[in-house]
Amino acid sequence: MTDTAQTSQARAQGGVTLSAALPWIIAGLFLLVMPFIFQSNSAITIMNQMAITIIFALSYNMLLGQGGMLSFGHAVYMGVGGFLCVHIMNWEIFGSLPLPILPIFGGIFGLILALIVGSFSTRKAGTVFAMISLGVGELIAACSVIIVVFFGGEEGISGDRTYGLPFFGIEFLTQIEVYYLIAFWLLVSALLMYLFSRTPIGRMANAVRDNPERAEFLGYSARWVRFYSFIAAGFFAGIAGGLFAINYEILTEENLNLHTSGSILLVTFLGGVGFFFGPIIGAIVFTLLQTVLSLETELWALYVGALFVATVMFFPGGLSGVLMMHGTPIKLGKWRMLVKPYIKVLVPAVLCILGLAGFIELMFHARHAAIGESEMTLFWTTFDHSNPMPWIVFAVLALGGFWLARKGSPELTGAWHEANTPDEVSE
Amino acid sequence: MTTALEITNLRKSFGQTEIIRGVNLEIKDDERHAVIGPNGAGKSTLFNLITGRFPQTAGVIQLHGKDLSGKAPYEINRMGLSRSFQITNIFPKMTVFENVRCSLLWSLGYKYSFWNMVSKSRALNEGAEAILEQINLTARRDLPAGLLSYAEQRALEIGITIAGGADVILLDEPTAGMSHSETDYIVELIRKVTVGKTLVMVEHDMGVVFGLADKISVLVYGEIIATGAPEEVRANPRVQEAYLGEAMEAGH
Ligand SMILES: Nc1ncnc2c1ncn2[C@@H]1O[C@H](COP(=O)(O)OP(=O)(O)O)[C@@H](O)[C@H]1O
Ligand SMILES: [Mg+2]
Repeated sequence: MTDTAQTSQARAQGGVTLSAALPWIIAGLFLLVMPFIFQSNSAITIMNQMAITIIFALSYNMLLGQGGMLSFGHAVYMGVGGFLCVHIMNWEIFGSLPLPILPIFGGIFGLILALIVGSFSTRKAGTVFAMISLGVGELIAACSVIIVVFFGGEEGISGDRTYGLPFFGIEFLTQIEVYYLIAFWLLVSALLMYLFSRTPIGRMANAVRDNPERAEFLGYSARWVRFYSFIAAGFFAGIAGGLFAINYEILTEENLNLHTSGSILLVTFLGGVGFFFGPIIGAIVFTLLQTVLSLETELWALYVGALFVATVMFFPGGLSGVLMMHGTPIKLGKWRMLVKPYIKVLVPAVLCILGLAGFIELMFHARHAAIGESEMTLFWTTFDHSNPMPWIVFAVLALGGFWLARKGSPELTGAWHEANTPDEVSE
Repeated sequence: MTTALEITNLRKSFGQTEIIRGVNLEIKDDERHAVIGPNGAGKSTLFNLITGRFPQTAGVIQLHGKDLSGKAPYEINRMGLSRSFQITNIFPKMTVFENVRCSLLWSLGYKYSFWNMVSKSRALNEGAEAILEQINLTARRDLPAGLLSYAEQRALEIGITIAGGADVILLDEPTAGMSHSETDYIVELIRKVTVGKTLVMVEHDMGVVFGLADKISVLVYGEIIATGAPEEVRANPRVQEAYLGEAMEAGH
């Protein structure tokens, strides 16, 4: 939020400075080489899903973090954009349309819907906005079984991306080709959304979020400021929808419903709404949990829920907030003194969590496994849930870890305070 | 000299109680006009009516001859009227610099632009720096505004009020809750930033009022009981009786 100030003077003078462009160049290179590091098909599938979620979460944060609008229905803008793109795939003209430009149509459609809904929903922020977003979200989700021509009813609608006009000979038959298409759009959308936050309207979105009344006495209508943020968010959600359509070639009611709208709130909050890159972290962590953890355990949603509750309660700034909290110790050159207390607390804390999770898994297995099937595999070890040994091990881990973490926490608190205090008071 | 602000038969009721009871007031261009009166007299309410925060119950408010009734605060602001608040009203989570820069946006013609970069505009950044210099907050520019001291927040409040270049400035108790030295600083600041502008100010500190104002109006129970040059008002027996006597004693 405060990062523009230092560099603004430098940038006010001329073109794009290297320090401003560097993060984007690094991000671009990073996206370029990722498939060489993670080559398996499943890894690329996960990365595609991740990239789409990042765009969606960034778009959501234009509302929540930058504009102070809590939406419970953001999925519909992504959804309708996606549905339109699948329809286009099924039209004749798709044969003369290169696939990479398809997401633009999703964006435009998302924008049009946001234009209609925003015209009445952005009058007020706060509860009124939240309730309207919820109502409209439910309404459009309900339409999926009513307007079957467009939403395809229960089975949704599907298409085939490869019917598009080949793009420099690429027909997007493989996941990796789709990956680069999505990565391109990710970079472009993220950059545009970042730049949007640096425009007059983007700055005023922050002002209206903080104090809508004061903004009105500076010549800006809070309502129109919210409206423009809202339609911009709708546009980028639509882009994400278009990419979803390309990646999965099918859209269903699930793309519109409250569950999807709720998850994106969760993703964004988990990453942190206070910094532009927060939702990116949130989307990465969430997608990893959703894909990798769900392969390991049926209870993954429980752990994600617990993580979310813990974030809301203890780190309202989200993961990015936790990261950025370390700015002061690093600036003061005192971060080293945090390392030891961190190890003393975090290692037992992780053991405690693992122990707790193990215990829960044991309990779940003992109660729900088929009769006679008492063998289970957890943390790469196979054991029998009727054997008391694993129960004892997990209980000891959980309790012991908790005890040790608690014992170390005063030292961490002290070190944290110390690391955030300048040596001499300079003012 | 032409009239900047003209108020005719203004009335405002909240429910059954009439708070503003037929106010008439004419403020000329470049005048420094102080509105004084006891607590609860309706001074802030008068400001809220002028700036479109509340609709009036009856009467007419004209800015440079144009009727303001039914206009929203942002429309009135665009017509060249800006105000500060009795209770500090800034953007606490944004930096001090960002606060000032945002208050320059509309007047520099950026409107709802999404194709300009704020960091690229010389006029915007240099303008904001100049205001910071004027309100003496350059050293604080990158701090979140909510972390400033009370006096600094008051200075910022004045800064964002005058930044947009409005020619009619309304200040609601700019020195309330300040120490002597802070008051002197704010008075100097007000004098400096309102050169060539029309100033309407609610103020309790009689030292400030008599030091700054060309004209004074006394508002008691929603009515203006006297308007005139400082000496006239000071000598007015009704004012002495209703208000000024005790305020003068309390103030000095
Ligand atoms: N929004 C409101 N609703 C109801 N009563 C109000 C409102 N605003 C002010 N008042 C009442 O109007 C009277 C004058 O208030 P105010 O204008 O703040 O006085 P002053 O600024 O002169 O001290 C007070 O009695 C106050 O309670
Ligand atoms: Mg008042």
